[in-house]
Amino acid sequence: MKGGISSGDTVLSRIGRTERTGTFITERDGMAIVKLSSGYNIGLPRDHLSLLARSEAVPAPLISVAQDDSLPDLSIVSTGGTIASRIDYRTGAVTSQFDADDILRAIPGLRGIARFQARKLYTLLSENMTPAIWTELARAVFEEIKKGSTGVIVTHGTDTMAYSAAALSFMLDTPVPVVFVGSQRSADRPSSDNTQNALCSARAAVSDLGEVVVVMHATTSDDRCSIHRGTRVRKMHSSRRDAFQSIGVPPLGSIKYPSLEVTLSDHARRRREDEPCLKDGIDDHCALVCFHPGMKPTGLELYSGYRGIVIAGTGLGHVSSELVTAFRDLIEDGTVVVMTTQCLHGRVCDRVYDTGRDLIRAGVIEGEDMLPETALVKLMYVLGNTADRDEAVEMFRHELRGEYTRRSVNGL
Amino acid sequence: MDYEALGLVAGIEIHQQLNTREKMFCACPTLLRKFDERNGEFFRYLRATESELGEIDLAAKEEMKHERLFTYYTYDTTCLVEYDEEPPGPLNAEALEICCTIARMFSMTPVPQIHTMRKLVIDGSNTSGFQRTALVAFDGELPNAGTIETLCLEEEAAQRAEGHTFSLDRLGIPLVEITTSPCMRTPEEVEAMARYIGMALRSTGRVKRGLGTIRQDVNISIRDGARVEIKGVQELDLIAEVVRREVERQKNLLSLREELRERKGAVKSEPADVTRVFSKTGSSILKKAPCVLAVVLEGFGGLVGREIQPGRRLGSEFSDYAKKCGVGGIFHTDELPAYGITAEEVEKLRVSLSAGASDCIVLVAADPAKASCAARQVISRAEKALQGIPEETRRMLEDGSTAYMRPLPGAARMYPETDVFPITISDDWYGRLPLPELLSAKAERFSREMGLDPALASQIASSEQVFLFEQAAASGIPPLLAARTLLATLKELSRAGTDVSVISDEDIMAVLSAVRDGKAAKEAVPAMLDALAQGRTLDQALSTCAPSLSREELEKIIRKIVEERRSFVVSRGKGAVGPLMGVVMAEVRGSVDGKLVSEILSKEIARVLGK
Repeated sequence: MKGGISSGDTVLSRIGRTERTGTFITERDGMAIVKLSSGYNIGLPRDHLSLLARSEAVPAPLISVAQDDSLPDLSIVSTGGTIASRIDYRTGAVTSQFDADDILRAIPGLRGIARFQARKLYTLLSENMTPAIWTELARAVFEEIKKGSTGVIVTHGTDTMAYSAAALSFMLDTPVPVVFVGSQRSADRPSSDNTQNALCSARAAVSDLGEVVVVMHATTSDDRCSIHRGTRVRKMHSSRRDAFQSIGVPPLGSIKYPSLEVTLSDHARRRREDEPCLKDGIDDHCALVCFHPGMKPTGLELYSGYRGIVIAGTGLGHVSSELVTAFRDLIEDGTVVVMTTQCLHGRVCDRVYDTGRDLIRAGVIEGEDMLPETALVKLMYVLGNTADRDEAVEMFRHELRGEYTRRSVNGL
Repeated sequence: MDYEALGLVAGIEIHQQLNTREKMFCACPTLLRKFDERNGEFFRYLRATESELGEIDLAAKEEMKHERLFTYYTYDTTCLVEYDEEPPGPLNAEALEICCTIARMFSMTPVPQIHTMRKLVIDGSNTSGFQRTALVAFDGELPNAGTIETLCLEEEAAQRAEGHTFSLDRLGIPLVEITTSPCMRTPEEVEAMARYIGMALRSTGRVKRGLGTIRQDVNISIRDGARVEIKGVQELDLIAEVVRREVERQKNLLSLREELRERKGAVKSEPADVTRVFSKTGSSILKKAPCVLAVVLEGFGGLVGREIQPGRRLGSEFSDYAKKCGVGGIFHTDELPAYGITAEEVEKLRVSLSAGASDCIVLVAADPAKASCAARQVISRAEKALQGIPEETRRMLEDGSTAYMRPLPGAARMYPETDVFPITISDDWYGRLPLPELLSAKAERFSREMGLDPALASQIASSEQVFLFEQAAASGIPPLLAARTLLATLKELSRAGTDVSVISDEDIMAVLSAVRDGKAAKEAVPAMLDALAQGRTLDQALSTCAPSLSREELEKIIRKIVEERRSFVVSRGKGAVGPLMGVVMAEVRGSVDGKLVSEILSKEIARVLGK
């Protein structure tokens, strides 16, 4: 409450010789914000307001969501994100505030696909996601699968969704679909992509899939969603609906909208009857370093003591000759160093040019065609599951969840 | 009609596009394109969302009765902001400055801090599902004690190409929305006020001109009637007629209500399924439909088909409401038997529903969900007829009558545009915005200072070229020449097939300056403009249309012409000057001023006659 006037109170605003009544919304950056009866908001100095009437608190009606018992069980684990966001009066910006029940109310079509169990794990913007939360998330999803869910939907902010999807891919060997979904255009707009993404994700979660995937818009139109493997997907645009793309592999399938017809490709892992398996160790003493011209060897001293470093190198996987020694020192001190390419598309090959050979001699591991972010998460995962450096390196070199391929197929 | 006695109250909303370099929230040009210049299409669904107070707007709900797929045309002059694929940029400062200038012209009070809002509009005309708008100023003054309530800066919506297809070129062009108070009392006052505001807006020289760049919405009510907003009146000449017809509609609906009350009219709250009654009907619409529902309106017989406005009946209103559910229209017994429905079928219908002759039955035919939605819409509108007149947004039809669009939107359709920062208006900045001279004042000044005929002065002042005219006059070009070139010559050239759209203001100034500087005669202006339109340079135009001639050369040419026509000159005497002027001017192709030609010609003729 500010100076006796609180949100929802009816106030008189005076601007010059003009007077208007309205509803006090909030105060921000020294300006009072008032919603006039026309619906327009205006900002004006606080001392231009006087209280006319207190607001009567009206509790929001709780609408119970009826569910169909004959449908398969799905779990929604919500972590926040734009798929369930609302305006924040404090900053005026969009923040995530809904719980999973709100999603069901907001997207009634979901009720025709499955019976939902909602579990609100976090309400955070995905840039605030941490490896520790990946572990919690993996455990929560694991529990839902153990309880017998046909599939699990994870609502997630899109910024770091690919990291989390990769983390769960490694930590969780799942026989049922674990579907990450979000929206690029906020849920509070009539044009939001959240409805299509949510409906498609639910359909993917009851489909024949058996792995961790991301389901998001495939094009700028509301025509279909793509299903992406959790270890091969990347957010490739800051704002477009079709920002998520599979890199180096085709998507695992697609879901048409609004028919919600699912098509799975042959390389999509299928649903199985076996038990889920969880290995939730993660070591966040790892970093992703993007090489750039002019990078100073002294800058790498920061990473001394880190257990793992992924380099996003240039081209085939290079850093300047000047940096090779610095990386050799880190490796000699016990750090695992992996090379990926900032080209994102294509494979690392450090056997072509001298610098690359020097890097290999220094002990740098070639990250094949793995995405730099996926390599980082994988490195955290392997280091989180063994204290032995050599064992970690051995694990890292193995393909675990389709995170790399040995063949670079033309056209991808 | 005695409008005062009827208690007519009217206000207007004027929407005027601003001629800014860029759009309201992106750097795209404010350029209209032809549909066949599009470089792509995409499509989307829209759905209603709650306002921040947790309400869904009535008007938005109405549009949602029928889920629709919208298609959008894209161009190389549109970007991801129009696609709703990128957050908006900051509010266009140029547009805000124009808006505040206009606000100051009407002595309005600016809002201390401007907040951009999202106004929910889910008819497909905005890719986002909302139109961005900001309240900029309050309380302005108009002639005849009229007042303006608010001035808003809005983004223009996408233009409908056809059906549910929209073109993105227009989306995002800034426009100013001026809402007057309900301060007008006659249809003529409404028209005069709209004309005045339009003139004031054009006085800034910074608004778009031409068809569709200014639109008027009219708010009308009469005593015991209801506030009705009529959208999209583009021609000012129709505005008074729209008001007259709405008054007529409200008056007729009120007397219809009285009659219904006398007849103890009532609406059956549930539609009845009468599909079987029409199982063998000759009406292809009813026969094809999986479901035919009937609504019984007791005591409505004969009233549903009664005209309430030229070309419009209560039945038309029912039909508009029903169409919101995706049906093509309705049938009602006031217009039956017709459309393949026989008198026997109508009788069977009445019997099966126990409806009498004084009742009216409305039929809707579609799939069960659509039919039920449509029947409920008819029931809701019929119930409103018993109450009086519903508050509505209506759209103008070609002749000035109107059709129902949606309920009046409320405050629930406003939601803050969180992606755009608020802008604080300083009193100092606002107070120093230069005010343009009104076009009406300009006309008086042109007449007074330049000696132009008042009608011509007024014509040039209200023309699109008024600012070019002022520039020309200020640079010493004779005002009459400038006015004639801008008002008449260009039109004549266009009529003769010249593409005058490629002639720039600079071209016109260059040609007129050449005349002012004596490099060309004013008679050469049309030919020179034509040459420029063909892509010639000014120098080329001057040398071909107005080759420079010395006085001696001119005298030689004239002497030759006169000698060749000696017998004509002798027979006509001094009267030969007129006809020979044309011959000489054609020969010298506009390079010489007509006065000089006339002077030498007269001398030469006099010499021949004197011999």
